[in-house]
Amino acid sequence: MAHTDSTTRQRPTSPHLGIYRWTITMATSIIHRLTGVALGVGTLLLTWWLLAAATGPDQFYIVQNFIYGWFGRLILFGFTWALCYHLLNGVRHLAWDTGWGFELKTATATGWIVVVLSVLLTLVVWVLGYHVFGEL
Amino acid sequence: MSLRTPLGRVRGLGSAKNGTAHWWMQRLTAIALVPLGIWLMASVVALVGADRTAVVAWLGRPVPAILMILLLTAGYYHLKLGLQVVIEDYIHSESLKLILQVLINFACVGLGFACVFAVLKIAFGG
Repeated sequence: MAHTDSTTRQRPTSPHLGIYRWTITMATSIIHRLTGVALGVGTLLLTWWLLAAATGPDQFYIVQNFIYGWFGRLILFGFTWALCYHLLNGVRHLAWDTGWGFELKTATATGWIVVVLSVLLTLVVWVLGYHVFGEL
Repeated sequence: MSLRTPLGRVRGLGSAKNGTAHWWMQRLTAIALVPLGIWLMASVVALVGADRTAVVAWLGRPVPAILMILLLTAGYYHLKLGLQVVIEDYIHSESLKLILQVLINFACVGLGFACVFAVLKIAFGG
């Protein structure tokens, strides 16, 4: 019986994150979940902004000061990228739901497209924010 | 007709007959959030540097007010569905899982309604 015990213990464990070679499909999946949680934090900022706008000038001034500070801008920049990424990769997920794009080549290509487009779109939004609508 | 309760069927790994509800609502809110998310980014860019008077004037108009309410209700619903799965996947203690599920439901519904109230208050005259 002791013999059965030791063989049971030494069975190979299933592969996990530390063993798999990183692929773009795996990375996009993990980032999708991470950006989803990050967007929850961003939504809290949007909620604070709306509640402050509804409450009064003093409260709104506090939020405004926070957002225009370096830390606020950093959060807002992250929020922009998370939104761009999650939105674009969400469309990729919706395409999968129709049965399109599951071939390895297609899934790899759309994964890279989503990553590149999310960065480009974020930069476009921030360049517009800085140069077209105000020089803050 | 089966006399087993829905809970009993689930425990016996049978179907409780609402397995697609979560999936369907996640997709439905996702589709809605694509145009609403783009609208949010465009609006925030247009509002760079705006003071409270400008923000209140903008949210006081019907279309931005309605879109903002739709964005936040669909957004908080989508967030609740997403966080629920994250908790189900990573939290293995049954009691902590239950507590967190209650908390994210309360938080998403509470904050969502607070946002709707804020927008309506502004829209109906500050």
